[in-house]
Amino acid sequence: MNRFLRKNLAAYTFLLPWLVGFFCLAVGPIVSSLYLSFTDYDAVQPPQWIGAENYAFMVEDRRFWKALQVTFTFVFISVPAKLIFALAVAMILDKGVRAIGWYRALFYLPSILGGSIAVAVLWRQLFESDGLINTLLGAVGIDGPNWLSDPRYSLTTIIVLAVWQFGSPMLIFLAGLRAIPQELYEAAEIDAAGKVRRFFAITLPLLAPVIFFNLVLQMIEAFKSFSGAYVISGGKGAPLDSLLFFTVYLYNEAFSYFRMGYASALAWVLLLIIAAFTAIAFWTSRYWVHYENERS
Amino acid sequence: MDAVNLSTPELARSLREARLRRVQRAGAVKHIFLILTSLVMIYPLLWMLASSLKPDNQIFGNLGLWPSEFRWENYSLGWNALAVSFSRFFLNSTFVTVLSVVVVGFSNTLAAYAFARLEFTGRTVWFALMMTTLMIPYHVVLIPQYILFLRLGWVDTYLPLIVPKFLAGEAFFIFLMVQFFRQLPRELDEAAMIDGCNPFKIYWAIIMPLSIPAMATAAIFSFIWTWEDFLGPLVYLNDMRDYTVPLALRSFIAQDSVSAYGQLFAMSILSIVPIVLFFIIFQRLIIRGIAMSGLK
Repeated sequence: MNRFLRKNLAAYTFLLPWLVGFFCLAVGPIVSSLYLSFTDYDAVQPPQWIGAENYAFMVEDRRFWKALQVTFTFVFISVPAKLIFALAVAMILDKGVRAIGWYRALFYLPSILGGSIAVAVLWRQLFESDGLINTLLGAVGIDGPNWLSDPRYSLTTIIVLAVWQFGSPMLIFLAGLRAIPQELYEAAEIDAAGKVRRFFAITLPLLAPVIFFNLVLQMIEAFKSFSGAYVISGGKGAPLDSLLFFTVYLYNEAFSYFRMGYASALAWVLLLIIAAFTAIAFWTSRYWVHYENERS
Repeated sequence: MDAVNLSTPELARSLREARLRRVQRAGAVKHIFLILTSLVMIYPLLWMLASSLKPDNQIFGNLGLWPSEFRWENYSLGWNALAVSFSRFFLNSTFVTVLSVVVVGFSNTLAAYAFARLEFTGRTVWFALMMTTLMIPYHVVLIPQYILFLRLGWVDTYLPLIVPKFLAGEAFFIFLMVQFFRQLPRELDEAAMIDGCNPFKIYWAIIMPLSIPAMATAAIFSFIWTWEDFLGPLVYLNDMRDYTVPLALRSFIAQDSVSAYGQLFAMSILSIVPIVLFFIIFQRLIIRGIAMSGLK
């Protein structure tokens, strides 16, 4: 056996479990999901080819547009808010704080618990009309709204839940800030550059790759988020579809009404949206993200 | 200005002193901000803990953390509040989680070793494909996977929750491992190769023992994510006796008659105890894992 063959044989043996998974659980399902999106399918009768009808139906489906609107609002408010908060806290911690380990752990704890149903349950009760939030608001003389049953406010609860979990982008920012050479700040200080100037001239540009990484990661996560909205909205996106996240709509179409064909079409739209936004992020990054080693 | 005429050591001293004064002033503000933020972050969790010990009529409209009387029976009553006891749910969750942890630790290192250390045809392409699976929303593959597992008769068993993990279904872990393996000195492999070790021997005798910290990190994340997983069990488990803890909590709030909030919170607290314990014990590994997978 020649060396080339032996080398490949060994490598592909190691890859075998992953390759099986890749084809059976990723590529296969993605392709068949594309096929199913052009069919009428209830998981019992064989799928019926109906062409682009599912996609045509979408255009007129009021709930589809509502789901898009809810998801986009969530993504475009929660992601920037979370990143700004994460960066602010990371910058404070980076300046050297006593008991930094404690703060880091405390700030990260909600991120690790955030996906759990226990926290979703807690969130529902916090925003109850006589829950903790309104009691607190009442203490300072504000008459809090009915967060969960008023469609104007219900999405706020889930945005707050997302921002509360700023821990993991914070940790990544913290590591990024550590990597910025301290001499740059000292040199800028001698040149009498103020705090604001130093932030915009040193911190932001040098942190751009990390900001970009966090942005893409958090954006994808936000588009995919499901369990918080599912539990807080009672599984259906209530009240008045104001919590109808795209993923919640898709889940209900597939597993409550068994409209698997339409749900597959929805899934493909979600995939394309995520791909498009990731591509846009990568495309704009050419103008604002510069990596250390590409300069010379 | 005077500063212009100062000698270098004097300039340095005055800069240092100015900085020290500023740091002291900023220090107080910083600490107040950090303490307030930690309180906001942690208060909901403490409130949930306190509420789990309160009588139901003291939970709402009440900011206080100290129960006027301790209702320990919230825990025993909550434990048996559903048609099936929580002993069963915790056993189910433990079973799924332990198996997943073992399987993830093992199968992902195989693929990661090939990507990080072996030369083979098509490595870049496979690696890129692996990374794109990170972006694919679970919802896209969910329906075809469900149909596949339905055909195999796996619905209402734990196989759909565990087998994909054996097939290295989570690209995140492979990526984490690859990052770790790349940091190990290549001379180790080369020396072993000269001594006549084949790739399998190198993997087993050299790479595996050295990668225990990385495997532990993957195992911890896998533990937390599997324990909290909601969508998988929601789709695949229909019989209440098979429920995992998150599903059981969801049924708890889905009962319309729920007024036993103390019991609900008691069970929610118990459901996050394993995660909090893991977090306290393995904090360092978790935080390093985030920084490592995020930065390089």
